[in-house]
Amino acid sequence: MIEVKNVNKSFKENHVLQNISSVFEKGKTNLIIGRSGSGKTVLLKSIVGLLEVDTGEILFDNRDFTKMNLKERKTIRKEIGMLFQGGALFDSATVEENVIYPMNMFTNMSLEEKCDRANFCLNRVDIENANHLYPSEISGGMKKRVAIARAIALNPKYLFCDEPNSGLDPISAIVIDKLIAEITEEYNITTIVNTHDMNSVMEIGDTIIFIYKGQKWWEGNKDEILKTNNEEMNDFVFASEMAKKIR
Amino acid sequence: MIYFWRTIKEIEMLGINSIAIVIIVSIFMGAVITLQTAYNTENPLIPMYLIGLTARDSMLLEFSTTIVGFILAGKVGSNIASEIGTMRITEQIDALEIMGVNSASYLILPKIIALVFIFPFLAVISMFVGIFGGWIAAITTGAVTSQEYIYGIHYVFIPFYVTYALVKALVFGFIITSVSAYHGYYTSGGALDVGRSSTRAVVYSMILILVFNLILTQLLLA
Repeated sequence: MIEVKNVNKSFKENHVLQNISSVFEKGKTNLIIGRSGSGKTVLLKSIVGLLEVDTGEILFDNRDFTKMNLKERKTIRKEIGMLFQGGALFDSATVEENVIYPMNMFTNMSLEEKCDRANFCLNRVDIENANHLYPSEISGGMKKRVAIARAIALNPKYLFCDEPNSGLDPISAIVIDKLIAEITEEYNITTIVNTHDMNSVMEIGDTIIFIYKGQKWWEGNKDEILKTNNEEMNDFVFASEMAKKIR
Repeated sequence: MIYFWRTIKEIEMLGINSIAIVIIVSIFMGAVITLQTAYNTENPLIPMYLIGLTARDSMLLEFSTTIVGFILAGKVGSNIASEIGTMRITEQIDALEIMGVNSASYLILPKIIALVFIFPFLAVISMFVGIFGGWIAAITTGAVTSQEYIYGIHYVFIPFYVTYALVKALVFGFIITSVSAYHGYYTSGGALDVGRSSTRAVVYSMILILVFNLILTQLLLA
């Protein structure tokens, strides 16, 4: 479980996160949704420590990440897997080397063991016969799946996904969403997904928080989202004319 | 161990892969120095072997390090800045940080060690090839005889000039990699900004090479 308490973050005069508190539960796919520029990526990056919060607490199973030194943070980071928006695969490494990478950093496994584990993770995300291809040689959807394989290589306790299906066609996007949800349930991990894709919300949103102008504006699940009276939330969910008509 | 293998890879990428351009540039520099000296030496009292001496000292003192430094700032500097800059904007550096890797140290240190290590070797190659280029130019144009040229390159040889050149190579190697890596690492934005970082890396590296060339010359030769 990850708990965020009264988190504030500013960039000079711009108060991007304002007093955000929330609980992200274990074994569930927790979504952070909001419009572009609402602060959801800053929140996600603050939780994983890529950005330092100004005030507030971020608790990984009651361990306060904000008060940890670098060495202590490294312990937590061993337990984190992250899927970036563009995949963030290392260009100079093959698919297999990308998945092996975190194992090189954190384990003393033999090369054979690392290859076995990499193959297991790649099979889990339905990647076959691509071990020796470079990221530039595979499609966007495959990149995302390889990035998921890399994220789960060390059996993480926490999985973070920043707009995992951006740039993908609707079918590939749903495949990625389902994969994230399956992995979350299968390994009983705490997953936080940052998205503004309503298909994802309706597909995998166990718990959802809506960020509006840097504040937590709404909290609920995918069933409640269609029934809310929150005006800004409704504007976001039913943004298109078609969605408004269906409503 | 990871750092060791990364350093070896960088030595290949930054140094070994630059040997060809260093050889091409040096051979022409040596040839041009020789011909320019020969065609501007009109006084019959000046012995012709001084052309060889001029080519040797020019290569040792300046061209093998400063000009090769410029070449490397262009080739290696832009490569480093664009590589690291692209890693930054495509979140690959963030991915390293998430894995608990000190990204600055992991990406930059092997490059610095690699170029500081390999640049002196490139400078020595440049010296030999440049002097050889001068000899080729001398004998093919008949500007000076082979014997006179070879006598000239042996004449009043000061070994400290080699030390001076190697010290400059070490410093320039550090300047090129650290300045370029800095600009790459702090890139933000998109592809256009990677290009800007790359340009800045080359320009600032060259300016610093010129400044430190002056400082080191004053410190070591005065």
